[in-house]
Amino acid sequence: MSFLDTFFDGAVMAKYLPDLLAALVTTLWLSAAIVIAGLALGLVLACLRTLGRWYLTLPIVAFADISRALPPLVVILVFYFGLPGLGIRLSGPMVLFIVLGGVLAAFAEEIFWAGLTSVPKGQWEAGRATGLSFMQTLFDIALPQAIRLGIPSLVNRALAITKMTALGSVIGVKEILSVSSSAQSFSGSATPLTMAALAYLAIFLPVVIFARLLEKRYT
Amino acid sequence: MLEINQLEKCFGTTQVLKSIDLSVKPGELVFVIGPSGSGKSTMLRCCNRLEEPTSGSILLDSEHVTECHGRALDKMRLKIGMVFQGFHLYPHKSVLANVMLAQVKALKRSKPEAKARAMEMLEHVGLAHKADAMPSELSGGQQQRVAIARALALDPKVMLFDEPTSALDPELVGSVLKVMKQLRQEGMTMLVVSHEMEFAREAADRVVFMDGGVVVEAGPPEDIFGNPKSERLRAFLSRLQPTTAA
Repeated sequence: MSFLDTFFDGAVMAKYLPDLLAALVTTLWLSAAIVIAGLALGLVLACLRTLGRWYLTLPIVAFADISRALPPLVVILVFYFGLPGLGIRLSGPMVLFIVLGGVLAAFAEEIFWAGLTSVPKGQWEAGRATGLSFMQTLFDIALPQAIRLGIPSLVNRALAITKMTALGSVIGVKEILSVSSSAQSFSGSATPLTMAALAYLAIFLPVVIFARLLEKRYT
Repeated sequence: MLEINQLEKCFGTTQVLKSIDLSVKPGELVFVIGPSGSGKSTMLRCCNRLEEPTSGSILLDSEHVTECHGRALDKMRLKIGMVFQGFHLYPHKSVLANVMLAQVKALKRSKPEAKARAMEMLEHVGLAHKADAMPSELSGGQQQRVAIARALALDPKVMLFDEPTSALDPELVGSVLKVMKQLRQEGMTMLVVSHEMEFAREAADRVVFMDGGVVVEAGPPEDIFGNPKSERLRAFLSRLQPTTAA
C-alpha cells in the first residue's frame, strides 16, 4: 500500500468528510467557550486577589495551584464517571468545558497576577494621587499594563488547553479526535486521522498566526 | 492653606517623623531640604495620604485631610496635586490621555472639556506639540513636565513636588524648574522637597530644614543659606557646597 493510499484515500475522505466537519464545529465552539470563560474567570480571580483579603486570596491560590497540578484527564474522568454517583450527571461537552475552562482560568489568573505585580508601585501612586479610586486605578492603569505583559503567555496557554479538547474522545464527545479515530476503526484506513490533523491545523494555525501579530503589536 | 500639625509617622518601631509642624500660606512656595533619610519625602507623602500618618493632623483650607476615607479621600486628593521623582506617567497611554484620565474618571469632566483643559496645560508646560506622543518617546524633563500638567489639569489648590528633578540629567533640570517658577508667579501654592539649592535660594518664600524626622530650622532663604543658626544646618550646607560648586 502506498503512502497516498494510506493517508490520503479519496474515497474514505469523501465518506467521512461530513462527520469530520461536524466534529470540527464541535471542537471550534468548545474551544471558543473554554477560552472566553477561562480568560474571563482568570481575570476576575486576579482582580479579586489584588484586594489583598486572605479569605479571597487563600481559595484563589488553592484553586490555581490544584488546577495547575492535576492532569486534566484525571479530572475529566472523575467528573464524568464519578459525579453521577452523587446524582450529578453532566454531559461530555459540559465536563470538558468546566474542567478545561477551569484549568485555563487557573493559569490565566497566575499570568494576570504576575502582570499586576510587575506594574510598578509608582503607577498605583500616580493614579491614587490624582483622585482615582482603587478600582479605577486597577482597571484604567494597572490592568491594561498587566494584560499587555501577559499576552504571549496567555496565548500559549490558551492554545495548549484548547488542544486538550481532544481529551473529549475518552468521554464520548464528538469532537475531531474521537470522530476521526472511530472512522479510522471502521474504515481500516489512516486517512481520517490525516483529516483530523488537517482539521486541527485549520483551527489552530490561524490562531497561532494571529497571536504572533498580537505579540508584535504589544511587546 | 496647608497646615501640618504634630505629624508623626512610624515604620514599625522606627519613628521617621517626630511631631512635624508646618504650614504653607496661599501662593507660598515652601522648600524642604535636608539629608536623605530625614523624613522629608515621607512628610510630603503624608500630605495626600500615600503614607498613612501615625498621628497628627493635616488640614487643607481648614478641611481635615487626615480624617477623610474612601470617596472623600479620593475627592480630597483632587485638590492636592503631586509630582513624583520618577514621573510615573502611564506608559500605555498617550501624553494627552495621561493628562485627561483623572479629569474624566475622577473629576467627571466631559471628554471634550478634559481634552481642552489638557491641551491648555500641555501648552503651559511647552509640550502641546507632544500631545499624541507616547511617554517613552519623551526625554525625562519632558515626561516630568507632562506629569506636572497632569496634576495641574485637576485644578489643585496646592502642589506637592517630591524631588522632581532628582532623576533628571543635569541639562534637563532647567526646563522643569522653569515651569515651577512660572507656576509660582501665577500664585500656585507649592510644597517642594528638592536638592536644587540654587532654585530654593532664588524662588522659595520659605525654606524648611529637616533632619532626623524633625524641623530643625525654618525661615526665608536668605537666613537659611546666609545665616544658618543650628549646627546641623551648617554641617549640612557645608557638605553640600562642593556639589553645588561643581
